[in-house]
Amino acid sequence: MKVRIKFSKYGALRFIGHLDLMRTFQKALRRADIDVTYTTGFSPHQVMTFAAPLGMGLCSIGEYMDIEVDSHRGAADLKERLQAACPEGIDILSVRALPEPEPNKKVISAMASVSAAAYAAVFKDGTRSFSDWASQSEAFLSQTEILSQKESKKGTVTVNLRPGIRELHVEDGALVFTVDAGSRGNIRPEQVTECFFAFLGVRVPANALQLIRLELYADRGTPEKPDFVPLEALGEEF
Amino acid sequence: MQLPDFQNRLALPDEILLSVEKPARYIGGEINAVKKDKRRVAIRFAMCFPDVYEIGMSHLGIQILYEMFNRYEDVWCERVYSPWLDLDRILRKEKIPLFALESQDPVKDFDFLGITLQYEMCYTNILQILDLSGIPLLAKNRGADCPIVIGGGPCVYNPEPVAPFFDLFYIGEGETAYRQLLDLYLENKAAGGDRKQFLLRAAREVPGIYVPSLYDVTYKEDGTIASFGPVREDVPKTIRKEIAMDLDRVPYPDKPLVPYLKPVQDRVVLEIQRGCIRGCRFCQAGQIYRPVREKSLETLKEYAAAMLKHTGQEEISLNSLSSSDYSRLEELVDYLMETCREKKVNISLPSLRIDAFSLDVMGKVQDVKKSSLTFAPEAGSQRLRDVINKGLTEEVILQGAAMAFAGGWSRVKLYFMLGLPTETEEDIWEIARLCNRIAAVYYDVVPKEKRNGPVQIVASTSFFIPKPFTPFQWASMCTKDAFLQKAGLTKHAIHEQLNQKRIKYNWHEADVSVLEGVFARGDRRVADVILKAYEKGCLYDAWGESFHYDRWLEAFAECGVDIGFYNSRTRSRDEILPWDFLDCGVSRDFLWKEWERAQAQILTPNCRQACQGCGARQFGGGVCFEKREDMDS
Repeated sequence: MKVRIKFSKYGALRFIGHLDLMRTFQKALRRADIDVTYTTGFSPHQVMTFAAPLGMGLCSIGEYMDIEVDSHRGAADLKERLQAACPEGIDILSVRALPEPEPNKKVISAMASVSAAAYAAVFKDGTRSFSDWASQSEAFLSQTEILSQKESKKGTVTVNLRPGIRELHVEDGALVFTVDAGSRGNIRPEQVTECFFAFLGVRVPANALQLIRLELYADRGTPEKPDFVPLEALGEEF
Repeated sequence: MQLPDFQNRLALPDEILLSVEKPARYIGGEINAVKKDKRRVAIRFAMCFPDVYEIGMSHLGIQILYEMFNRYEDVWCERVYSPWLDLDRILRKEKIPLFALESQDPVKDFDFLGITLQYEMCYTNILQILDLSGIPLLAKNRGADCPIVIGGGPCVYNPEPVAPFFDLFYIGEGETAYRQLLDLYLENKAAGGDRKQFLLRAAREVPGIYVPSLYDVTYKEDGTIASFGPVREDVPKTIRKEIAMDLDRVPYPDKPLVPYLKPVQDRVVLEIQRGCIRGCRFCQAGQIYRPVREKSLETLKEYAAAMLKHTGQEEISLNSLSSSDYSRLEELVDYLMETCREKKVNISLPSLRIDAFSLDVMGKVQDVKKSSLTFAPEAGSQRLRDVINKGLTEEVILQGAAMAFAGGWSRVKLYFMLGLPTETEEDIWEIARLCNRIAAVYYDVVPKEKRNGPVQIVASTSFFIPKPFTPFQWASMCTKDAFLQKAGLTKHAIHEQLNQKRIKYNWHEADVSVLEGVFARGDRRVADVILKAYEKGCLYDAWGESFHYDRWLEAFAECGVDIGFYNSRTRSRDEILPWDFLDCGVSRDFLWKEWERAQAQILTPNCRQACQGCGARQFGGGVCFEKREDMDS
């Protein structure tokens, strides 16, 4: 059975990279004595995929991984045992079963499902607030082009972020926005905040902001009319 | 909107953590890390491995002591590792004091700073730790506001080159006398005693403790030691190593730390025994850890299960100097194979002799196609193997290789040393010929249709460095040029072999070996050089990228210390060696006898064959009291 696990990552674990997070979960699942399915072959490893790597320094309340289990004693038991095996800085938020795929179809993995991501940006020290610029968010979005410069091996590339910004507003002093993610074309949250400040003509020191991933979405709609749902909505209680 | 906690409670602010290579080195909070309330402990102990986190986290000894100290309710032991070069620069520039991982508190606030000395090339890193902590580099300049700085580990069997940097050294295994030392510390503190009073009492009352400031050394005109001894009558003249005799009763970490970063040893480690029966004459570990003491099979089974359960690790490795000599290895391996198959855990079996049993086991637990087999003949010729008492014959090596090739292996690693006492060019040629003969065995044993690609032989040579408390402690060591010439000859000789295309040859850096030689057998005058080199920016000398031989040579010249004096001299029997005041249990007479037998190319039987009266029997246990064949009559 495929199981989708939603978790948060915060505190000092902001400084753990993606590969190390994977290693942490591999060992946590074993400590939790969860009956994870292993690949066959000479060096078997756990069947496990992550939805989207989180950048160093970010925290999140919307991370996902899919695992496969050979047996279980229900979602509540699995959640409790995995939580007990996790270090401080990881909370298991939900555990759901992915429905069996239709014949001749494969389950779409967390990674393949990701179409959009929601983020919040706040000032770390709390001395400033995005509320000051709440009224400008609409004007920012009303631009036809939001150009972001990206350094690549071939030099600086300019991309237009506007079509990929699905939503942006100020809430409780935080800048909250949803952008395309995954195979659709990945927008990094830093690109959005940089462009926002450039639009305002405000200079903000590096590292002043804390970025928080709020949710990862799958798209159940069509290219013309997307229908974003949190990845956990594709799973079922068990 | 509910946001997760992103408040930084660490010693380093976000902007620094996000600017260094691997911030996870500095945040602590690993699974099984011990957290205590600092207001409710009497002693805070900072345990340091003076190298980068991924190396230090792989070290078993620290984990054992961490476990032992934290079992004491009144002690909180935390860990400290060397900040990598990127953070080193930042800490200096921003004047941020070095901190321990668990509490993130400055090291200087601790009662003790224990530094383990596992290899000589970490000596400048000791100074980095002290410097970044804000602790004066020289013990004599430290006051009441500084932790007591303790040295331990194998290098303290000659502590003299780093003696001025330490308040005291703990000689031997940590499990026996630390509680006594801590109690003395508390007692002295309660009585209003100062640092000096504590050190004096530690030297007088606690076994295994060496306080260098209480000993004085004088030199002859030729530079050798004229006298060495305590400055007071009531301080012991010799210090005997501490040793734990019942290994089933010492603390062992059944909940080892699980780092976030991948350490060099990413597995749980099961220590099966201490010591080695073999007595190879170049090997320090083979002497200083005598006598061999085994852990019981029951204890090991218990620990293996507990460690795997509490860590979730995917691999378990046996730790000892020579696993094949563990008397119940077969039963242990059977047990591990059974439990590990079920839990999908890999078993790693280092330091096994290559024979039918070990090949069978390795074939079962490893992917033969991927793994390579390791032989350590150490010398190419039988003559030289007899000199070093490596009781391994060419016949055994070739038989082992033949069995391995027949079992599906096609990659073999071979370890040799260059510059061993009495070595001739002929001995070096034999290295090449032995490699060639092993390659030829492959073609003899494995029929063409069964060959899994061509055979691969990887020969590596290190340079021989005489170490204290070995029969070769009196021997001279080669110069850098001589070493390089020998490596050149080895390369040439291998090139001349029929199967030369199947043999790959690697050799170690010669200049690092030269320094290691000086630090291994140096005296207190060498400390000036280490300090000077550190001031010139030497750090992480064990890492090729940050090793600056030129700066070291400058430091030697400026301090007027001659490398040749320490490395190139053959010592006479009556010379006072810098470490003679320590007693590792093996007598000087035994070592001298072994030095003479080496020169006469006479093999000495191992501890299980016949007792040689080395002196280790005084500890009252271990292999010395096992029933042996020669005791029947």
